[in-house]
Amino acid sequence: MSGDLAIRLRGVVKRYGPITAVDGLDLDVPFGTCVGLLGPNGAGKSTTMRLLTAQAIADEGELEVLGFRLPEESKVARAQCGVAPQLDNLDTTLTVEQNLLVFTHLYRIGRVDRRAAIERALEMAKLVDRRTSRVDKLSGGMRRRLLIARALVHQPRLVLLDEPTGGLDPQVRQELWALVDALRAQGTTILMSTHYIEEAQRLADTVMIMSHGKAVAAGAPAELVAEYAGRQAVEVYGPPSRLAEVEAEAHAKGFRTRRTGTSVSVLGVEDADGRAPQGERRPANLEDVFVLLTGESIE
Amino acid sequence: MSARPAPQTIGRLERPALTGVLVREVVNFSSYWKSSTFSSTVEPTIYLLAFGFGFGSLLSTIGGYDYVEFVATGTVATAVLFSSAFPAMFGTFVKYQFQRTYDAILAAPVDTEELVSAESLWIATRAGVYGCVPLLVGIAFGLDPRWSMLAVPFIAFIAGFGWANFGISVAGFANSFENFNYIVSAVLTPLFLVAGTFFPLTQLPDWAQFLAQFNPLYHCVKLVRHASFGWSGWSDIGSLVFLIAFGLVMWRIAIRAMTRKLID
Repeated sequence: MSGDLAIRLRGVVKRYGPITAVDGLDLDVPFGTCVGLLGPNGAGKSTTMRLLTAQAIADEGELEVLGFRLPEESKVARAQCGVAPQLDNLDTTLTVEQNLLVFTHLYRIGRVDRRAAIERALEMAKLVDRRTSRVDKLSGGMRRRLLIARALVHQPRLVLLDEPTGGLDPQVRQELWALVDALRAQGTTILMSTHYIEEAQRLADTVMIMSHGKAVAAGAPAELVAEYAGRQAVEVYGPPSRLAEVEAEAHAKGFRTRRTGTSVSVLGVEDADGRAPQGERRPANLEDVFVLLTGESIE
Repeated sequence: MSARPAPQTIGRLERPALTGVLVREVVNFSSYWKSSTFSSTVEPTIYLLAFGFGFGSLLSTIGGYDYVEFVATGTVATAVLFSSAFPAMFGTFVKYQFQRTYDAILAAPVDTEELVSAESLWIATRAGVYGCVPLLVGIAFGLDPRWSMLAVPFIAFIAGFGWANFGISVAGFANSFENFNYIVSAVLTPLFLVAGTFFPLTQLPDWAQFLAQFNPLYHCVKLVRHASFGWSGWSDIGSLVFLIAFGLVMWRIAIRAMTRKLID
């Protein structure tokens, strides 16, 4: 039934006191794919990640990881998973190599294979030359690469990446994308949470958009864009009063709109034949879908 | 693609999990052993020298023992406390709150029970070693070595295991560092003073002597002193049983406290 799914969640609910962080979530991650969990802060992405390692226990619903039922069989599932957390928790006074060594033990790699596992992880993260550097001497990007390499020492079948590029410079982010892409090319199954739209668009085979603990849409990035935002959008700039007018007119004509701060984007204008307002035409993108589905303003 | 794997038995207290956590501690220890060894050995040595020679000049013997020897054997318990309860309290809190080390470990095939057990075994081992320092200093100042003193590292280990788990429990229940002040002032300081370390409990009123029977440090002091000057049979076995029970009870409490803290 769930033989080809690395992760299968059905009706999962997780409450923290009065707050429902995850609210009836269904999620499928087929083997060999990269699934992106996209959502604003507080949408329940990190809680979902914690549920998958049984560091949070669901109040309701069914969870299976690699065919193992959670939380009862989580330990067996965790042995075959790699987890790169959102917050850096490397041992900062140890060297790159020592950090990896510790995890070869935690992931129960046999003595004869440890050396090779560390070398493989160093190469994957391009840290071969920095093996003897202390972690507190590394740049932010190197630390993040090490954090991911640490999750790969035991060649896991499933890798969970929680905000893998959060807080990094654009150049550094690209290095990490290359790393995740290489992992994908090896056929490793990946579940990645992010709030960077470009990241999801580039790396994920399918994206699930989350809002308030629920899945509001799922599909391949291009399909989601086509379905919710159409092919083309027009951006109209102007003072706030003008933007409100444009919005009202567009809604009256049956278009969907979204604010982009300084402008209004009128969506799905490809077949509008002059009914659309004048402005800058551009292809619709995943960000349009994201804002449409998760709300214009931050609550 | 792959069929559902056969049901597996999920082991508790698995050796590879304990080893993994211990390896992390040992590798980390290689980066801070100097400062840790310094504080764990210098502090009790200062107590030993200050009390031993300060009071020792006023009273040469106490309860039939040479005062320096009395204090040298007593401060083993102090060394055990300083190298177990305190590092456990602060270390656990830092690893949980600031370094988030436990998040990383629990994402691996390690559960909270294994994590707490390995951490407390490691701290107990260190306490077993550091606990011997005052005795060695005492020997340098004239305490006669005896074969039975070889039991001291084991006594220190058992007591250290209890105090390590006590410290982990405190860190598990505490919401902030400030809460530790209450524990140090209201629990550890009185227990530390009413343990027969610096003066015999026979000087105290009966009720205090009675309460001291429930102080693990008192039993640690007593066993170390008897290992150094001569055993006293069943009474020592009683003290040993008390220390083991203290360790086991604190161990279960620590696991419960940390599970509450680490698993949402």
